Order: sequence, then structure tokens, then C-alpha cells
Amino acid sequence: MANTDLAETDLEFVTFFAGGQSFSIDIGQVREIRRWSPVTPLPHAPDEVLGVMNLRGSVIPIYDLAARFGLDRTPESPRNVVVIAMHGSQTVGLLVEAVSEILSVGRERIQETPDVRSDTARQTITGVITVDEGMTRVIDLAAVVQPRGKAAA
Amino acid sequence: MTIKVLAIDDSRTIRSLVQKVMEDAGFDCVCAEDGVDGIARFAEVTPDVVITDINMPKMDGYGVISTIRGGEVNQSVPILVLTTESADHLKARARAAGATGWIVKPFDDETIISVIRRVTGARG
Amino acid sequence: MAPQSSIRDTFFEECEDLLEALSEGLAAMAGGARDTETVNAVFRAVHSVKGGAGAFALTELVAFAHRFETVLDAIRSGTLDVTSEVMHTMQRSADHLADLVEAARNEDVLAPDVSEAFLANLDLCPGTEPEPFDTGDTPFDFAAIPLDFGDDAAPAAPGGYVIRFRPKPRLYQNGHDPSLLIEALHALGSCEVVLDLSVLPDWEGPDAMSPGLGWTLRLSTQESETVLREIFDFVEGLCELDISPFDVAPEPEDPLPLVAAPLVPATGFGAPPPAASAAPKQDPAPGGDAAEGRGPKPTLRVDLDRVDRLINSVGELIINQAMIAQRLQDMALASDEDVSLHVEDYRLLARDIQEAVMAIRAQPVKPLFQRMSRILREAAEATGKSARLLTFGENTEVDKTVIERLADPLTHMIRNAVDHGLEGPDARRAAGKDGTGTIRLGAAHRSGSVIITIRDDGAGLNRPRILDIARRKGLVAPETDLADAEIDGLLFLPGFSTASSVSNLSGRGVGLDVVRNAVAALGGRISIASVPGQGTEFTISLPLTLAVMDGMVVSVAGHTMVVPITSILETIRPAPGDLHRVGTDDSLLSIRGRFIPTVDVARSLGFTDPSARAEFPLLLLVEGENQSQCALVVDAVHDQRQVVIKGLDSNYGQVPGVSAATVLGDGQIALILDPDAIAAHRASPAAPVAQRPSSLPDLHHGQH
Repeated sequence: MANTDLAETDLEFVTFFAGGQSFSIDIGQVREIRRWSPVTPLPHAPDEVLGVMNLRGSVIPIYDLAARFGLDRTPESPRNVVVIAMHGSQTVGLLVEAVSEILSVGRERIQETPDVRSDTARQTITGVITVDEGMTRVIDLAAVVQPRGKAAA
Repeated sequence: MTIKVLAIDDSRTIRSLVQKVMEDAGFDCVCAEDGVDGIARFAEVTPDVVITDINMPKMDGYGVISTIRGGEVNQSVPILVLTTESADHLKARARAAGATGWIVKPFDDETIISVIRRVTGARG
Repeated sequence: MAPQSSIRDTFFEECEDLLEALSEGLAAMAGGARDTETVNAVFRAVHSVKGGAGAFALTELVAFAHRFETVLDAIRSGTLDVTSEVMHTMQRSADHLADLVEAARNEDVLAPDVSEAFLANLDLCPGTEPEPFDTGDTPFDFAAIPLDFGDDAAPAAPGGYVIRFRPKPRLYQNGHDPSLLIEALHALGSCEVVLDLSVLPDWEGPDAMSPGLGWTLRLSTQESETVLREIFDFVEGLCELDISPFDVAPEPEDPLPLVAAPLVPATGFGAPPPAASAAPKQDPAPGGDAAEGRGPKPTLRVDLDRVDRLINSVGELIINQAMIAQRLQDMALASDEDVSLHVEDYRLLARDIQEAVMAIRAQPVKPLFQRMSRILREAAEATGKSARLLTFGENTEVDKTVIERLADPLTHMIRNAVDHGLEGPDARRAAGKDGTGTIRLGAAHRSGSVIITIRDDGAGLNRPRILDIARRKGLVAPETDLADAEIDGLLFLPGFSTASSVSNLSGRGVGLDVVRNAVAALGGRISIASVPGQGTEFTISLPLTLAVMDGMVVSVAGHTMVVPITSILETIRPAPGDLHRVGTDDSLLSIRGRFIPTVDVARSLGFTDPSARAEFPLLLLVEGENQSQCALVVDAVHDQRQVVIKGLDSNYGQVPGVSAATVLGDGQIALILDPDAIAAHRASPAAPVAQRPSSLPDLHHGQH
């Protein structure tokens, strides 16, 4: 858990694992964490869009985060969780292997993304934070999810 | 005793602005949206000062003034008209109609408060 | 977490209403109305925009509104005749005023030459001279100058003044209190007041009502006479007033005389010496502007977000009810009468709430139609055509979202009608028609739907040309004969657009297929009818409520899906001989002497798992636009039920072949199919349901 008192310049992130790698998302965007439940597939959707899930009557699209970053699809496992996140008025679910911790870091600890080959990574990762076990990539949720209104093709 | 203001204007923006300025200055303010509504509220509320726009539906500012002046209750109440220009002929017309004074739009808070104090003697 | 409305928000909301009233009033005047009330209402609308704009120092808006108002004033006072040219200028000025308001709202600035063009038009109106606009508070603040000048002119204050002040009866009638005036004098310095006994009336006399009081005051002050006279500004002419400076010797040599009475600056009552800014502080109004209970039409202004949240919650409530009903069924408790009754009551109550909440969002189409009026004017100007818009059923109420989403399609169709439907004035007259084309825009409720029609009295569709182009583009088999209605329907296919028309309007390549998609996204249908030489009519039919739909629950390749009942003509269990294979993948259904193409829904949606397919599929006969029919192949048909529509747009986006989703009683999500899209997909098999831009020439009897 957080190892320092929250100062004004601190940012808080939820960290999780997908495709064996560590990712973080601004805690303000996270609504809840849910266990996996069956999804209804969407026709002609990209691979990383697994389908839509019923969240208390709302229809939420679920993205396989690993697949979204070009990693192998997340294998089915009872430990998988879905991070329900919100960007503006758009609510989506991110399928991940496990949620690890809440991270409080000073703004200055976020470093620029090192040179990466993948276009996807460049567009969707806004920075990296060094943590004990290595490095976690901070996700730009807006870039990760399907842009609204465009036909999935 | 708190000064009671009756503000009559068909623009709700102006009504909101006047209300805010009045309340910030410590006056009570009641609003009406046209001349007919204004006369009704005038009878209900017996204000210490009336601020009225000229161009309004149903009954315009001049109608309001002459109705109040021709009435039997509170007929000498100070009445201020909101004019959009400070042209002389408009002032003369307002005066001839029975208005006590005028406030030029756009008004700033201090002007409207000072004019009210001028004609009511209110300390606010 | 709704933000509190600031007064600035109030102003822009009010501008919406004012602009609507302005548009309405001008439309009435264009139709011949010249009564005082209408003309006054138009004047007041612009006047009020100006008044409010002034409070927020929106100078460009104020300046234009002022010029506009001046012309309107000339009209209402009878000095300006309302010719059709003047009317046109008025309407275009109203359009521009709306643009300025919008720009002010977004804190944008419009290019200055745009306004100048409109101002020039206003100036051309005869009988209206552009007056210098005196706000009394311009940056230069002329009103303050005489004040200073007065002070400079009399550097040596006389030390005081003798003031003789006798109010006339009129002063009291105008609500003035002489004691207040005298108090104000006291504030300038030390003042001796003497009641002037010489003017006391005879108490017994006929003038007992007028006090006849008068005073002589000696005021010692350093203030200038101008400041002094300002105190008497309001009562000018209502009293006898004489101000003379003390005789103080020696007067310094000063070429300029003291400011004598006749030089009282007429603009004395201008900005007070501390010329504060005109804009009042823009703090949020503490009470909020939520309720305006009084007035002839009690209404409530509510944040749209709150309504949407409410609707969403109600939708989920209904789903929740369905899930409970389903569980009871599964647990065989449905036979318990009490429980059944309660659950049924719950269902009806939830429906009631939903209908009531949906009604909140319903609004008249009038503002939308008024916008179209402007679109028409602009389109006519841009294309050199002459056109008028007649509207019907403006008060028909439609869900707010529908109105918003209809705006673009309607705009396109109106432009289309003007640009391609209507002939130019000469051609029309040659054809025996009125040189000015008429476009009729109407809205009406009809058995649970809203019907919107756009009809022009132009040249109608050029069917041979449409068919020809369709054949050349491979959208229609060469030998196929199509009925007129079917040819008209080709315009909705992706692959037809009016992108290459020569007018100033298009250039966007927006085709009617985009319009169709927008209508379909609202759960509606669109059709065309046309008579060569007489005109073309588009009919859009939309469901009254966006929230709930009657659907047929089906299985497609193992997936549960819902098909809107309104699309289904009949359900068919084909006998073996009824289906005829055509090519590798397609088949035709033979029914009652006709052949109907079939669509394999599963394949169309990309569900390719063969093991989930039924051996004996069922067919749903559906009607696409323009009476074209096709048969959707599904694996099973379950039951018919009402489902709550959950859009995919807000959280995801568009899904080809799917219009929305719903949550069934068992908690499962079922996608709601769009039969028209699936059928249309069949028509262009190569690509998935994506738009293909095309540069086809226009297909109407256009006059270029």
C-alpha cells in the first residue's frame, strides 16, 4: 500500500498485471474491480474487444488489455479480474490477470516512456514509474479504448 | 429597516443581475417579468423603490409608471427606469412620464446602489 | 455534481429563447403579419439580447444588436417600409445575431468582415441613419470629460455657493424627496439651510395639495458647480433652481468663466467618477436558477445530465424487474398468485415511471425547424435558387436526443432539396411553376411513431439516370428491372452520393446513406417517393420512445439476439423445396410466387462456428426501405417481449449490423439487430458495412 503520506503533488495509481507486465491507471478513473463474468461478443470487433458485459443493467465493453498492447491474449483463469474504468462519460472494462497495489508517487517520479518499438505503446502509454519490482507503465485510458462513433472494422 | 426593491424587467438575465446586486448590498429584492406582473407585485409588496425596464410585453415601463402614479397607494414611491442609452430625450421622456430617476444599462453595481441611495436615502 | 448556473449561463439560455422568438416573429412578418404586437416582440427580442450582452461587455454582439435594433425601431415606428428586401435583410441579420451569440458563448471571435457585410446590409435599409452608439461607458468615457473640464476651468473654487431651490408640485409627484437632495448637499461640505418663508402658500387656498416649500442654502465646499448640479440632475425642470457662487474676492485671472448654469453638461448623468467596468462580477448566483415558479408558463430548467441519469436508472430498474420475474419463473414461484400480482404491479409501475421520465425529454421540434429555415435561406443564397420553407406540426414533441440527431440529416436533406431538387427560377417559370420553390417540412405523431416529411416541388428524381449509374457501379445486375420505388431506394446505398455537385454547398460528399444510418441509429426508417416534374418527398419514421422496444428473441449461431418486431413481416419455416441455392453462398426463398433473397445473419455478423448452426433454420421475412424484402436466416425463434434498449454508442461505438443491446431477464446481454443494415450489407457483399466514398454526379434533374 502507499508508503508515504499523500502530499499535494502526489498522484495515485492502481497497478495491475496484464500479459505478464505491470500497468498503472490513474485512480480517479477506476470505478470498481469485478470478477470475470461471461461477455456477449460483438460482431466484427477487433481482437482485443472481448464483448460486452452486464454491469447492473449497463452494457460495458470489455477489453483484453494484454491483447490491446499486442501481447498474447489473457488466458482464462479464475483469478482474472475486470477493472471498470471511466473516461469522461464512457465506461469500459479492462480484463487483467491481477490487481497489485495502489501506488502513491510524486509527480516527478513519472519518467518519459523509453523508446519503444510498438506504435500502440507509444500512443497509449503516457509514462513509466520505477517500482521495486521493476517498472510500471502508466496507461492513457482515452487512447486505449475504442474511439466513440467509429465503426469497428 | 431593510429597503425593499421591486425590479421589473422581461429579461431574466437582467433580473438575475439586479437581484444579486441588491442582495449583496443588503436590500430585499422582488422581481417581475412584465408590466402587468409588476403592478401585481407592487400591490403585494409595497416596495421602497421600483426599478423598471422600458420595453416589456403586456405593459411597458411607461405604463407601469403611470399606473403607479395614478394609483392611491404608495403612488409617490421612487421609480427608476433602466435605459439603454443616456440620450437626453429619453431622460426627458422618463421624467415627464413620472420617473424619479434613471439607470443606464449596462449598469455597474456601484451606480445602481448609489442611485437607489440617492432617491431613498437608504444606508443599505 | 451539477455545476451551479452562473448568471452568464442564464444569459445564454435566455438568448436561446429570445432568438427563437425573434425567428418566429420574423417568420410571421415574412408571412404578412404587421400587427404591433408581432413587430414589438421582434424589436424586444433584439433589444433584450443587447441589454444582456451589455452587462457582460460582449461588445461585438452589442454593436451588431444595436444596429439591428435601430432598423427594427424604424420599422415599428413606421418610418421604414417592410419590403421583401428589408425582410430578407432582417432574417439574415437574425441569423448573424445567432452566430454572434454562439461565438460569445464559446468565447470565440468571428472574422470581422463577416459582421461588416451584415452591418452594411443593415445600413442600406432606407430611413435608418447609423447613429453614434453612446453606451455612456465607452473606453473613452466622454461623460467624464466635461466634469474634469469644469474643474480645470474653475481652478479657484469660489469657496461655496448660494442655492435657491423651490420644488414644483411635479417634483413630489415624481417621487422625489427634497430632504434627500438637501442631505446630498450636506455631504459636499458645510451647509446652512434656511426655509424660504416668502413662498409659503396660503394654507386655506386651493393649492393646499402642493407644499410650496422653498429653501435657500449656503454651501461651503471645494467641489465644482458641476458636481453640485449633478445632485439636481433628476429634478431638472421639476423645480426652480438657482446656483450662484459666493462672491469671493479676489478672483484669479482666468480666461475661462466659471461654468455657468446653461453649460450644465447634458451628459452629466453619465458614468460616475470612478468609472468601474460595466460588467458586473460574474459570481455564480447563490440561489441557483433552477426554479422559476411564477409566471404564465411554470417551467423548470434542469440539467440534461440529471435527466439522463434518471432515465438510465429507470431503464436498469426495468431490467431488474425482468430479472426478478425471470427468477420467479425459474423457481416455479410464478404460480403463486400473490407474488405474480406484485411482480406484475412492479412491472407496470416501472413502465409508468419510464414513460413519465421519457416525457420530460420530449421537446417540440419547432427550434429544429427554425434552424432548417435558416439552412434553407443559406442554401438558396449559395445556389442562386429562390426557395421558401413551410413548416407543419412544429409543436410535435420528440425526444431531445432525436431532435439533436436529426439536425444533421435534416440539414443535408434540405440542402439537397434546394440544390438538386429545385430547379432554378427561370426553369421553374418555364415549366409553369412559381419561380420560388417550396419545401414543406412537417412532423406528426402517428400510432406510436413520429413521422417527419420533407417535400419539395422540384423536378423529381431522374430515375433512368439513377438506374444507369447503379448498373455501371455494379450495385445492380445489368438486366434487372426495378420498380420505380426500388430505383428511388438505390439512393440510400453506400456508393451513391452527391459529392460531385457543382454548387457551393456540397464538397462534403455526404450521401443519403449517411442520412439513412443516422435514422437507423435512432431506430427509425426512411423512404423516398418522387413524381418526375412535380417533386420528391422523404418520409422519416421514428419510434416515439428511445427506451423500450418490442422485439423477437432469436438465436443466431448460439448467440441470443433480438430483432425489432416492427421490421418483421412474418416468420417462415421453409419446406426443403422452398430454398434455392444461388452461387456458393446465397439462396433465394420462393414464397407465394416470388423470390426473396436470404441473408445468413450469422455469417453477416462474422459468427462462423458451424457447430452452433441449426439444421433447420428459420427465416424472418423483413422489409427494408422502399418495400424491398429479404429473409433473415436464424437458428431459432424464441419469444416476443419488450426489451429495454441500451445504446452501445456511449461506451463503445457503432457495431455493423447491430443497433443497440439489451439485458435479458437472465442477466445475459442480447444484441439488437439492425435488419435494414444487414439486408443492405447483402447488397454490397464485398465490403463489410463500411462507407465507400463515391464521386458520382448528382442524380436529380439538377439544373447546372
